[in-house]
Parts: sequence; C-alpha cells; structure tokens
Amino acid sequence: MRAALSRLRVVREPNLAMTARALEESAEGPRPLVPMAGGTDLFVYLNAGALPEQDYLDLWHLDELRGVIDTPGGVRIHALETFANLRRDPLVKRRYPALAEASSWVGARQIQNRATIAGNIANGSPAGDSLPVLLALDARIRLVRFSAPRDVGFDTFYTGYRTSVRHPSELIHSILLPWPLPGTRQYFRKVGTRLAQAISKVVIATTITVQKGRVTRARIALGSVAATVVRVPSAEDALLGEKLTPAAASEAARRLRESIHPIDDIRSTAAHRLRVAGRLVELAVADALR
Amino acid sequence: MKIRCRVNGVSREVETPPMVRLLDMLRETLRLTGTKEGCGEGECGACTVLLNGQPVNSCLVPACHAEGASIVTVEGLSKRGKLSPLQEAFLHGGAQCGICTPGMLMAAQALLQENGAPKEAVIREALAGNLCRCTGYVKIVEAVREAAKVTRAAAAAKKPARKKKAAGKEKAGGKQKPAMKKAARKKPATSRGKRARRA
Ligand SMILES: Cc1cc2nc3c(=O)[nH]c(=O)nc-3n(C[C@H](O)[C@H](O)[C@H](O)COP(=O)(O)OP(=O)(O)OC[C@H]3O[C@@H](n4cnc5c(N)ncnc54)[C@H](O)[C@@H]3O)c2cc1C
Ligand code: FES
Ligand code: FES
Repeated sequence: MRAALSRLRVVREPNLAMTARALEESAEGPRPLVPMAGGTDLFVYLNAGALPEQDYLDLWHLDELRGVIDTPGGVRIHALETFANLRRDPLVKRRYPALAEASSWVGARQIQNRATIAGNIANGSPAGDSLPVLLALDARIRLVRFSAPRDVGFDTFYTGYRTSVRHPSELIHSILLPWPLPGTRQYFRKVGTRLAQAISKVVIATTITVQKGRVTRARIALGSVAATVVRVPSAEDALLGEKLTPAAASEAARRLRESIHPIDDIRSTAAHRLRVAGRLVELAVADALR
Repeated sequence: MKIRCRVNGVSREVETPPMVRLLDMLRETLRLTGTKEGCGEGECGACTVLLNGQPVNSCLVPACHAEGASIVTVEGLSKRGKLSPLQEAFLHGGAQCGICTPGMLMAAQALLQENGAPKEAVIREALAGNLCRCTGYVKIVEAVREAAKVTRAAAAAKKPARKKKAAGKEKAGGKQKPAMKKAARKKPATSRGKRARRA
C-alpha cells in the first residue's frame, strides 16, 4: 500500500482561482482531481488501500480558504478552518457555542489540528460531529468553481448517504452562519463508545429560541440516526408556542422517537439509538431552561 | 518532489514523493526511527510529531504538507545528550514496552508548551489521542505532572538571579507585578473532568 502512495500525483496551484480552474477542467476529463484538505479522512482510506488510484488537488496552502470573519449577515467560516481553531475562536465561542463545543469533541488533539470543517462536510459521514450543529444553525454553504460561486442551504446540501449537491467541479469555499436570534440557547451533545476519539452513536445539536416565555423557534438536528444528518420537524413543532416544561420536552422526545428510524450497525443498535436520541432532546430542553 | 523543512531545528531538503506519509519520510528517508507506527489510521497516536508546534498524527499527513514547516520528533527533545525533564519523568513508570512513548512524549510536550501547570483532567484530554496498552495511564499522567513541576522549579530557580539584576539596575519594586500576573494567567482556564479518558 505504501508503494501505491509513492505513485500518487498531487496538483498544487498558487492560488484559489487557479485551483478552482484546475478542478473544473479535470472534472470534465477522465481523471477528476480529488480535493485534499487536512487528509484525516483521505489518509485513513489511502492507508487501508481503499481508494482507486486518483490525482489529488492540494488545498492546504491556500490561505484564501482560512479565516473566521464577521459579516453583516453572520459569521463566515472558511473551508480550511480546523476544529482546533474553531474550538478556541473567540467569535465562534461567543456566538456559536454549540460549534465550539462540537469542535472540541472531534477525535483528539492530533486530529483537531488537521481536520477541517469543509472536510467534515464533504466527507459527508452521517456521524460527522459538526453537521448537526450546522443544520441547527441554519448554515449556508458557499460552493465555488472557477466560473461562479453559489450558495446552498445546508438543509438541502445532502441528497443521500454521502452524496450531496456539490458537483465534482466545485469546492466548498466557506460556511455562513447567520447571527443567532436573541433569546436562543444552543446545545450540543455527542454520545460515543468512549469519551474521546469515538465515532458518534448519536449526536444532537439544537437551537431553541424563547421569547416572552414561549418557544418561537426550534431546530433539532441529529447525526448517526439516518443516511444523512437530519432535522426532526415533528419534534420541533411539539415545542413551538409552548413553555419549556418537562411535559413539552417529553412530547418532543416521543414524536422524535416516532419519526426517526435508525439502524443497527457495528457502533450501536437501533433500539439504543432511539432511546438515547429521545433522552438527548429532553436534556436539550432542560439545558434551554437554565 | 523536493521538500524544504526544518527537522529538530536543522534545515533539510528531502527528495520524496508528495503523497508519501510524513511518518515514512521521517522514518525511511531521514532515518529518524524514533517516531513509531501503531495503527496507521489516526487512532493510536504512536506516530505523533509536532508540525509547526502542534501535535499531529504523521501517518495521516502527506509529505508535501511538510513543505516550509518546522517538525519536531522525539529525537529533538533531548539537548546535547541530556534527556528533557519530560523524558526523565517518563523513566519512572511512564514507559514500559515503549511503543507508545515517543507519541506520548510529543503530545505531552505540546501540552506543556501551552500550559506549564496542567491539571489532571487537562493532561488526560491532551493525551486522549494516544493509546497505551501497558501502563494504565496513571504513571503517564504523573510523569507529565512531574515534568511540569520540575520545569517550573527550574524556571523559578533562574528567576531570582534575573530579578536581582533588574533590582540592581532600577530601584526595587514595580517591575515584579507583571511577572506575577503572567504566572497567574498561565493557570488553565478550564478543566474538563468529564473528558478524562477511559482506555
Ligand atoms: C482517528 C480519527 C478520529 C476522528 N474523529 C472524528 C470525530 O470525532 N468526529 C468527526 O466528525 N470526524 C472525525 N474524524 C473524521 C475526520 O477527521 C473529519 O471528517 C475531518 O473534518 C475531515 O477533514 P479533513 O480536512 O481532514 O478532510 P480530508 O481528509 O482532506 O478530505 C475529506 C473529504 O473531503 C473532501 N474535501 C476536503 N476539503 C474540501 C473542500 N474544501 N471542498 C470540497 N471537498 C473537500 C476531500 O476530497 C475528501 O473527500 C476522525 C478521523 C480520524 C482519523
Ligand atoms: S500510527 Fe498514526 S495514529 Fe496510529
Ligand atoms: S508502554 Fe507499552 S503501550 Fe505504552
């Protein structure tokens, strides 16, 4: 397998525009380039010999794809931001504590120093820890190709298990997180086999907005319970207009257990996932009460 | 591809295919075999090195990402044949079979560079990506604490000498305050007991 690594080709262009052009041109040919960020997913597959021989397009040196910036519409997080940066970024910590929290639970230190948020999105594992947070925060994904950028809502990004609306000629450029509404409480919790470096059995992110004592907006997003990260509108509706009470929480949990259909796999069972997911909703509501 | 980088403080030019792992570039091309391979998939931390000061799994880093970077491996910890305080501390039960030790040392080194007085929970979080099948971790955590203590003591032993000099130059007083503030700031801001690792 190592002999194979020594044969792989990497294309490295000096800037984003030329990188995007190289990707777009290759996408039409027989050997589309594969973008490479921190490599924490790619190298697991490569080391296991699980990928066909492909050519890679390096992004790591492109500082144009780094930075967390304050904009009128919210905070824009660029593709190559690592989870190590996101867990300690002051703006992220203040405005999107659920994202800072999720970032601190990805892998362990060594992984966080290399793993990027765009890599997490593009890899598209339904267990990706940042994904439910992005869904609960109404994120928008900016995709670029040489010809033009486009923005897509994260709620319409995935089309199935590890498939998305991203065309092979497009790069993930950045993620826009709208400013949270006043009175919004964010929650994140990951349940894995052990505390660190574990792929999630169930992962939840919620945002619950309370105005004048009643819930005016709720987002409940779950990972590892379906082929993609999902929101659970029926459970969200159970909270709307209600006061945050244990009764409202258990009604949301009941509806959630009715609407999701997790599977048995090597990490957990469907029954366990259902139980845990319901309980996590109750915990999220209890947290919003505080 | 020709890669220019600094390895353990020495400038190197390495001829290597770009997608070869940093781990193989270090072990096979540069013959720095202190860095170990355990799992080859990012789980065990045996291959941990510092890349621009940050711990990474060298089994997941392509050699081309070392271009222009500074790399420190376990070989870079000792100075002039003398073990570092961290290495000394590991000699007392922190290492048994030794396969995890180079990675443990590098992850712990990264922590101590950021935090001179880490609490147990902080140490356990910093080492959560490093597996050890021998020690049960307790001795490793103790070794990191001990190294931090020794390093602090050494720094404190140096300080009075410097202060004396300063006091000699300008009138005593004033100057000491900022130094105290700095020491206070170094205390870890958070402790995440919940994250303490169970192996
Ligand atoms: C030991 C270990 C533990 C892990 N733990 C966790 C965990 O707890 N939680 C979790 O969510 N994940 C975890 N991961 C998975 C992985 O670290 C993350 O998914 C990470 O965010 C991937 O980012 P990367 O930059 O390393 O991606 P890469 O490996 O570089 O790329 C991953 C995929 O994304 C594509 N890609 C990357 N950047 C772009 C871009 N800008 N535009 C378009 N496509 C792009 C690549 O082509 C590739 O298909 C773990 C991995 C390992 C090895
Ligand atoms: S060999 Fe790299 S993490 Fe195990
Ligand atoms: S000393 Fe043997 S694995 Fe840690």
